[in-house]
Amino acid sequence: MLLRSPLGQARGLGSAKEGVQHWWMQRITAVALLPLSLWFVFSVATHQLVPHDAIVAWLHNPLVAAVLVFYFAVLFYHSALGVQVVVEDYVGGQFKKLATLMLFKLAHGLVAVIAIIAVLKVAFGGM
Amino acid sequence: MSAKDPAANRPLSPFMLGQYYRFQLSSALSFLHRITGVGLAIGSLGLAAWVLCAAMGPEQYAAYTGFAASPFGQFLLICWSWALFYHACNGVRHLVWDGGKAFERSQVDLGGWIVVLSSLALTAVLWLVVCFA
Repeated sequence: MLLRSPLGQARGLGSAKEGVQHWWMQRITAVALLPLSLWFVFSVATHQLVPHDAIVAWLHNPLVAAVLVFYFAVLFYHSALGVQVVVEDYVGGQFKKLATLMLFKLAHGLVAVIAIIAVLKVAFGGM
Repeated sequence: MSAKDPAANRPLSPFMLGQYYRFQLSSALSFLHRITGVGLAIGSLGLAAWVLCAAMGPEQYAAYTGFAASPFGQFLLICWSWALFYHACNGVRHLVWDGGKAFERSQVDLGGWIVVLSSLALTAVLWLVVCFA
């Protein structure tokens, strides 16, 4: 016999309390990515960054390096959240789903770290 | 359907497509939002490769920009930029819906066409800037 109230049962069995977090972070990062993406594509389009000297000089501007690192952090976070939903929807089977989610989460983390370290290396390196 | 294990033959999400589902703008744009999202996730590898090559040195960076300037590289960049603008514009449409607005049928269709046209216009503006800046 269950002694818990219906509300208590629902609380015990209900969501892991992370669903809203995922949804909310997806929205926050989406809003941040609107100006960041516009800034990024039009900066790259207007600066002549094809010579190596040019991109080194561009990333030596601390404001550019900072915004670019922030852009990458938000971008890869948003991407990880989105890819997670796609995997959850289309990959069947508990083990396969879990393994795919882990793989993509870790890959997003790794690529984000690579991109950010690359920006910092150029930003702090010599001209 | 196998009688032994019905779960094994259970259809996955877009199984209604084609056979039973009439084409409509809303669903097409919804698929496109996911497809461009996945495409942009793959494209972000190219973004990481770009700064990585810049950090590795002039030769690696020249190899990267050489590929980017090739016809196939330019094609990928144009696709990436349109995917970005489409996903951004349709993302704004989703944010409006999140605010509980523009759910009327006519508004949904109008918003969809605005997203399609503005994503194409932004892509055109970006590449005109690239060509003439």
